[in-house]
Amino acid sequence: MPQNADNILDHNELFNQPEYLALREAKRVFEDARPVAEVKNIEDWTKSWEYREMNFKREALTVNPAKACQPLGAVLCAAGFEGTLPYGHGSQGCIAYFRSHFNRHFKEPSSCVSDSMTEDAAVFGGLNNMVDGLANAYNLYKPKMIAVSTTCMAEVIGDDLDSFIKTAKTKGSIPEDFSVPFAHTPSFVGSHVTGYDNMMKGVLTHFWEGQERKEGAGINVMGGFDGYCVGNNREIKRMLGLMGVEYTLLSDPSDVFDTPANGEFQMFNGGTKLDDVKAALNAKATVSLQGYSTDKSCDYAAAKGQEVVKLHCPIGITATDKFLMEVSRITGKAIPAELELERGRLVDALADSQAYLHGKKFAVYGDPDMVYGLTAFLLEIGAEPTHLLCSSAPKGWEETMQALLDSSPFGKEAKLYPGKDLWHMRSLLATEPADFVFGNTHGKQLEQDTGVPLIRVGFPIFDRHHHHRYPIWGYQGSLNVLVKVLDKIFDELDRNSINGVSFEFVR
Amino acid sequence: MSSDIVAQNKALIEEVLAVYPEKAAKKRAKHLNVYEEGKPDCGVKSNIKSLPGVMTIRGCAYAGAKGVVWGPIKDMVHVSHGPVGCGQYSWGTRRNYAGGKNGVDSWVGMQITSDFQEKDIVFGGDKKLDKMLDEINTLFPLSRGISIMSECPIGLIGDDIEAVAKKKGKECGKTIVPVRCEGFRGVSQSLGHHIANDMVRDWVLDKGKATHETGPYDVAIIGDYNIGGDAWSSRILLEEMGLRVVAQWSGDGTLAEMEKTPKVKLNLLHCYRSMNYISRHMEEKYGIPWVEYNFFGPSKIAASLREIASHFDDTIKEGAERVIAKYQPMVDAVIAKFKPRLDKKTVMLYVGGLRPRHTIGAYEDLGMEVVGVGYEFAHNDDYQRTAKDIKEGTLIYDDVSGFELEKFAEKIQPDLVGSGIKEKYIFQKMGIPFRQMHSWDYSGPYHGYDGFAIFARDMDMAINSPVWKMTKAPWNK
Repeated sequence: MPQNADNILDHNELFNQPEYLALREAKRVFEDARPVAEVKNIEDWTKSWEYREMNFKREALTVNPAKACQPLGAVLCAAGFEGTLPYGHGSQGCIAYFRSHFNRHFKEPSSCVSDSMTEDAAVFGGLNNMVDGLANAYNLYKPKMIAVSTTCMAEVIGDDLDSFIKTAKTKGSIPEDFSVPFAHTPSFVGSHVTGYDNMMKGVLTHFWEGQERKEGAGINVMGGFDGYCVGNNREIKRMLGLMGVEYTLLSDPSDVFDTPANGEFQMFNGGTKLDDVKAALNAKATVSLQGYSTDKSCDYAAAKGQEVVKLHCPIGITATDKFLMEVSRITGKAIPAELELERGRLVDALADSQAYLHGKKFAVYGDPDMVYGLTAFLLEIGAEPTHLLCSSAPKGWEETMQALLDSSPFGKEAKLYPGKDLWHMRSLLATEPADFVFGNTHGKQLEQDTGVPLIRVGFPIFDRHHHHRYPIWGYQGSLNVLVKVLDKIFDELDRNSINGVSFEFVR
Repeated sequence: MSSDIVAQNKALIEEVLAVYPEKAAKKRAKHLNVYEEGKPDCGVKSNIKSLPGVMTIRGCAYAGAKGVVWGPIKDMVHVSHGPVGCGQYSWGTRRNYAGGKNGVDSWVGMQITSDFQEKDIVFGGDKKLDKMLDEINTLFPLSRGISIMSECPIGLIGDDIEAVAKKKGKECGKTIVPVRCEGFRGVSQSLGHHIANDMVRDWVLDKGKATHETGPYDVAIIGDYNIGGDAWSSRILLEEMGLRVVAQWSGDGTLAEMEKTPKVKLNLLHCYRSMNYISRHMEEKYGIPWVEYNFFGPSKIAASLREIASHFDDTIKEGAERVIAKYQPMVDAVIAKFKPRLDKKTVMLYVGGLRPRHTIGAYEDLGMEVVGVGYEFAHNDDYQRTAKDIKEGTLIYDDVSGFELEKFAEKIQPDLVGSGIKEKYIFQKMGIPFRQMHSWDYSGPYHGYDGFAIFARDMDMAINSPVWKMTKAPWNK
């Protein structure tokens, strides 16, 4: 008998006991299981060049994509505003999924309501759901703002958020002057990245439209869809604080996804003040740290007369330099000695470790800005990006990425795979292995299948705790990424050492 | 004493309802109650549409059909048909363990989707589906079949997935099952279970493909999804008592096992809510009786083993006694170790359609007391069954809203809340120990005797973790 009160075995050990191994082996008879040799043959074939070519020919089938749908991004964006309750107009199951997705990544509560449209709403439209939903949400949760996005059900039947929200106000669901920004976020267009952008634009439109702009000295900063928003936003705010810049971080969920365990649940915590969002119209410029994730929002800010700077994840020396210099140029504030010191320390760290990084081959997948940021970092540390894959690549991404690769001799071997998925990546890694792959938790299957070690940088990270608390942007954040990479490199060196060789105390 | 609790909890319900707008309060009142002993059910309405805007914890029909019933069948490819999200969010998060090589002869760990784009909505997705099924057969030649799990848009744009499934099934000779589990259908996951059951009936069982040799002790495990290995730690007991387990529905299950089931002697039904439909069908069509059982905690396990054995001859009856006797010393040691640490501790449960009642016995075996019970997607017959297992004064909350559950726990201050991932971090912030009772909080199995040891250990480590003593800074005392 495997179990024993003094030594209780968990699933990982329990099912390796002989009783259970025998049980599972015996079960194969009822499964009409394939012979082991046949499975092995097919497995080998799935890792062949022949299979890779067939795999890349598919047109209708998507397998293990590295992207999610629009309203997920809208919910993250909405959560970053003061006292704001994200609200999904449409099917309730979607909202359950968004919430659990963020729960699993942040290990934090994620608040969002749905107006639970069902068959009758599919026929008659979801107006009644909106009227009741806003009233109930307003009374129960007492938010300062409700930010509405749509699930694909509401999009397919063509519900009109603007008129529905107006009607709900007329019917007294919520006060006339209560803020309800909205965004149509069809899940069959773009990805979570697009949805983030649409909600940001929706919020800005709500507060800015029809207002007169008086240019001030401050700047706006947008983080875009960022699984590291807790660590990154705090780091960005720290740097801007050191510079003495007047700024508004547009959507800042860093505190709502990091509340203390102090005996009280805070549904709302921190976030960009609504008055600050209003005043952000007057900013001199908007600097986006993820240009692809805030594309239309940036265009909107530009249309209002602001200068717009689009960056793509400031990871590494060059990208952080650029961020700081752009902020300095726009605001006239000097980059302080303290940040220069941090920069010097990061260069020092890179110098200490460069021999282990030089020429190492990295595959990367993720959101469009993330792949850009990580690739730029790799080029800067003398590593060689190989397969660069982006399931949610927008138009123009490939060209911008190619220009980045062309700017460095270390980018020569890299190939771009916009719109492809992780089953494509599996073929790439099986036929042309890299030394490491950057990606999210889903990449652990790539590691298991191809043996290419996964370095977890991306979204979602479900199977490791607290990564989101540490920034990956700025000099400090880059140091965190560097250490993640080095730890994996050294672990692999130790793991692969052979008897008497390479297993060393000093690296 | 107990009438005090009834009055207190009734007042608590009133307090919570007072915050709702009038129309909503009236509707929610029907879903909240305090159990009074002797009543035949819990006195709440259930399986009714959730109120808009209240933060229901429920999911959708797709979650019930793909996530629960079909998804765990490991040798079939399950297509999330529609936009990318549904499949993405339900990818590999349910912990329904299954053997096999991922993407080679098992697809449980894969997110396979038609990733609908705007043109698919405008022009329809049937052609894309047709091509996609070919591509699946080319790239995954060892798959035994394919299920097409409809997402919301499919039912709204008028696609004919049944026609595509029929045509492609004929072409490739594999089982291809269209499942109309659009998320807007019904009021929760529950209709998705039902639709999924019906599609097993129509597209698998009715084809009558099984040709295997049967035996006198053939049984099937129905409604065990092998969360953290639950079905295995159940199967081991059934086999030890002399039964031949022909099929697992659907944790670590296969198409072949489903096909073999209409020839078993008895269907053993664990999750009544999600698979009573197919059990009733097999009873009506093939004359197979079914018996509900409960493998949480030694009291219910022993009773269940005897109940199951009562459908067979003395060989099996003796087998059941042998199994109970074999595990009793281990169980006694587990209880001796943990009961002193858990005795009289109170629990509030809010789970899906089965566990709020099925786990009560396991808590009671450890001396714990369940003081609040609610279901996401139970029906009236579930609440009737629940009434047998709960005590006077138990707070009942059907389709609870986030607001209600938080307020209830705040007032009742249970020693443990057992619910899902969306609730976990809320209660931990409040300083209330918590265990996820859908996923076993990445632990498990909890079924069977081997699982009970883990269950007991987990409840102890949640409740008695030193971390809860540190939520208040000492200088604020």
